[in-house]
Amino acid sequence: MANTLPLKDIAKVIRSKNAGPFEMTMDIIFKSKDDYMMIKNGGYITKELISRLYRVPVEKIISFVYFDAANAIKITLPRPRPQGTIGETDMHAAQQHVPLMNIMIPVKDKNGGDVCLR
Amino acid sequence: MSKDEIRILTPAGMLGYGFPAKWFKKGLDMNPDVITIDSGSTDSGPHKLGLGAMTCSREAYYKDISLLLEACFEKKIPVFISSAGGDGSDEHVDAFAEIIKEISKSKGYHFNIALIYAQMEKEYLLQNLKEGRISPCGPVEPLTEEEINSATTIVAQMGVEPYLKVLSERPNIDIIVSGRTYDPVPIAAPGIKHGFDPGLCWHIGKIMECGALCAEPAGKNIFGVLRKDHFVVEPLNPGEKCTVSSVAAHTLYEKSHPYLLPGPGGITDLSDAKFEQESERSVRVTGSRFIPSEKYTVKLEGAKKVGYRSIFIAGIRDPIAIGQMDEIIKRVTSDVEEYFSDIPKENYQMVFHIYGKNGVMGEYEPEKDFKPLELCVILEVAAPTQEMATAICSRARTEMLHCPYEGRIATAGNIALPFTPLEIPLGEVCKFNVYHLMEVDDPTKLFPIKYLEV
Repeated sequence: MANTLPLKDIAKVIRSKNAGPFEMTMDIIFKSKDDYMMIKNGGYITKELISRLYRVPVEKIISFVYFDAANAIKITLPRPRPQGTIGETDMHAAQQHVPLMNIMIPVKDKNGGDVCLR
Repeated sequence: MSKDEIRILTPAGMLGYGFPAKWFKKGLDMNPDVITIDSGSTDSGPHKLGLGAMTCSREAYYKDISLLLEACFEKKIPVFISSAGGDGSDEHVDAFAEIIKEISKSKGYHFNIALIYAQMEKEYLLQNLKEGRISPCGPVEPLTEEEINSATTIVAQMGVEPYLKVLSERPNIDIIVSGRTYDPVPIAAPGIKHGFDPGLCWHIGKIMECGALCAEPAGKNIFGVLRKDHFVVEPLNPGEKCTVSSVAAHTLYEKSHPYLLPGPGGITDLSDAKFEQESERSVRVTGSRFIPSEKYTVKLEGAKKVGYRSIFIAGIRDPIAIGQMDEIIKRVTSDVEEYFSDIPKENYQMVFHIYGKNGVMGEYEPEKDFKPLELCVILEVAAPTQEMATAICSRARTEMLHCPYEGRIATAGNIALPFTPLEIPLGEVCKFNVYHLMEVDDPTKLFPIKYLEV
């Protein structure tokens, strides 16, 4: 029986922060290698999805990288404006991660298949 | 320093934020070869470079530096402090030198100090710009003569070379205070000086420059041991531990890319780095590589003043008004433009921050149709003078308070104002306008060194 869970219930860390004054970077870090590989192999989080969520053209995405050593995905986007100048809404870009939290991930229960998250 | 290992104590990720003396002293008992602490960041905004402000108060720096100097004097452990004051301007290197002199005088300390400066002459930058040696660092416009001239202060991030120069000219230096510095440099410098693997030197620098932020839970004091083929990091607070996942995850922190970390003179490549649990509270790292770049570049950072700001803060509870918010804002904007028609539109800016709608995420907010109970509206006005910013803000506020809108039944006032003054002057606002890479022939010469004794 297939089920879905929001990414915030699967990942250990979902965060955003400045990477210098012109970029913001977001990290999704998983609790286990199994969870990470399930997400990586499942192709649930893609550049195209990030582009849709943040309405940033795919070619403007600075990094979209799976980092096996940390069971993590890193996504770097341009800031809407240079940090800390007129119109700033988030000086440290610390609250820009929220759209990632509700990405829905299909998961299988114990009877349903190879991967079990809970 | 011993040859087969280098022992490094970093009491915190940021000088001036304070650190627990108890764990720092425990670190001192572990025979460090050097104490390093970074003071720099662009993260608290462009006003430091734009207005000459320091990240922390002089008192906060005085307190932290006092602990470092005591260790330096009593235990004869050198202290390296990078990116003085936050921005690493010449003025802030001198301010730190003054603090060190003051403490030394009152305590009777004696030190040999090296000051390394990182501020760039505009003439020199203009020349390099003309010669095509300056390019954008990330999503930034190409640099122009005009932007160089309008910047208040421009610094360059030094690499390890100026530190190496000090260490070979004065092997017994007690204290180094440097202007803007690539954060891992003070940690990497002794290792590179003694011929350790540069990949490991830079990687341990990358991890430790944030103090024990790589531990679980995140902390302040951290101790690192660099050896020929690996390094080990361990937090000093026994309530914290470094784990494979906490250290690997920290590698991501505030970086554009998870395993390719560009810096002055090359890239640290962590794609083959291995993280292993050494003891219950420490992690061993191997396999980090340094790839020298073909051309040596330094990162330039600069900011300029762009005007003065005033704001008003208003709450809205009326559901009819909340439903008409886009119309109300349109009306307020056109009213202000008409009223101040003698001021060219490009001379001032009005930005409405609407909390409850998209105040935090602005253009990146994906939720469009949320119906809030209340809204908080902050109007930000920027103009060439404080008076003009406040006048525009005031006009917008009175229009917003009284303007009619579709379906209005609350005819006495549209907004709830919590504070007086109703218009709040914020002072000057700055903007990062230089964030570029510059090719350099001699990465030492660019950063002048001054030696002094106190």
